Amino acid sequence: MREIQASVLTDAIRDLCIEANCVLPKDMQARIGQARKDEPFPTAQGILDKIIENYGIAEANTVPICQDTGVCCVFLKIGQDVHIEGDLRAAVDEGVRRGYGEGYLRKSVVKDPLRRVNTGDNTPAMLYTELVPGDRIELTVAPKGFGSENMSRLAMLKPSDGVEGVKSFILKTVEEAGPNPCPPIVVGVGLGGTFDKAAYLAKKALMRSTDVRNADPYYADLEAELLEKINALGIGPQGFGGRTTALAVNIEWMPTHIAGLPVAVNINCHVTRHKTVVL
Amino acid sequence: MEKHIQLPITRETARTIKSGESCLLSGVIYTARDAAHKRLCALLEEGKPLPFDVKDATIYYVGPTPAKPGQVIGSAGPTTSYRMDAYSPAMIAAGETGMIGKGKRSPEVIAAMKEYGAVYFAAIGGAGALLSSCIKEAEIVAYEDLGAEAVRRLRVENLPVVCVIDSEGNNLYETGREAFLKTLQ
Repeated sequence: MREIQASVLTDAIRDLCIEANCVLPKDMQARIGQARKDEPFPTAQGILDKIIENYGIAEANTVPICQDTGVCCVFLKIGQDVHIEGDLRAAVDEGVRRGYGEGYLRKSVVKDPLRRVNTGDNTPAMLYTELVPGDRIELTVAPKGFGSENMSRLAMLKPSDGVEGVKSFILKTVEEAGPNPCPPIVVGVGLGGTFDKAAYLAKKALMRSTDVRNADPYYADLEAELLEKINALGIGPQGFGGRTTALAVNIEWMPTHIAGLPVAVNINCHVTRHKTVVL
Repeated sequence: MEKHIQLPITRETARTIKSGESCLLSGVIYTARDAAHKRLCALLEEGKPLPFDVKDATIYYVGPTPAKPGQVIGSAGPTTSYRMDAYSPAMIAAGETGMIGKGKRSPEVIAAMKEYGAVYFAAIGGAGALLSSCIKEAEIVAYEDLGAEAVRRLRVENLPVVCVIDSEGNNLYETGREAFLKTLQ
């Protein structure tokens, strides 16, 4: 049994909050750079140039890439041979509190959905834990903006709807979102499981590097096909028209019930932020 | 080519700004998001004065990050505009002539823009670090308790925006996409 002090998590989360918000991951920089090269529409080229300039300024000056520094999603893959000494939930929130305070990040969380008083420190984190073999903790911090979160959708399709039904639901979701989620977007898709698991898988799909395609060739092909179809919609960067509507489609799937075909689409913007460390 | 616009925008000027035009705005604008709009519109309904002069005002839908020491303001890009759709017709009727945000607007907002003479601009969503460099002064004028959502008076220089919907209802989100799709045929 390996012991890890909860305060180690606090320190790591504090640093990751700041870094994730100010430095766009290299895979996203590569996707946007490539999209700029492939973009034939002049208006869209101009927008992509500004987007590239923006994340350059953010990284150079350690300022947030986007003012919506998000709700703080924290993913912990905890090795089953690890013992965490201290209060895990409190340690995670303390990390968020310090990161958002000391990093001059925006506090965007309200205490309850109806009475809407700001918590003032961006806590609580949206905490996801998973038990895995081993004695390490893999920690991912992913600030999630709500312009794109609000454009996300879930459907309980019928098995007879099949892959065509899944494709048309994803395309409809992107089409209806249009300019609202700050395209070019990253599309996270969760397939299967239950109502809630599908949504979780869609969020998890957004944590996968856009350099990595689905390990299953069937789903890797589906990701490629959907990306092509989304980029044929013509929405373009910021919705002003163009080829670059999406930068990647990431699909995660799991077994489901004989009667169901849950599909969740979690949209993220061109500022798809996440940073991982292993403790 | 970018069109330089000196703020405030009168109703007459608003009618000369056309959908698709790239503009650089200079002068004074005010910030307000959902929570501030709710309070402002409650004042309008009660016939009470607003905490700033809404006549010919341009409102930027933004909740900036806190300023680091030495900064005027933190990152300050637009938030999605449709959440203000419930409030914008009343604001336009009260005198607002310019809105800066991103994303689609409702038919009711567009009808008010046409009736009174107002214009809807988009700034680049997710380009908060870049846009903040155009903000030269910032001060809170109301609702400090709302934090990032407080109403701020900003002095901007050459703030880059695109006119998406003009006072005739022309909409770049429709025409831009059509123009691109035509190039594929």
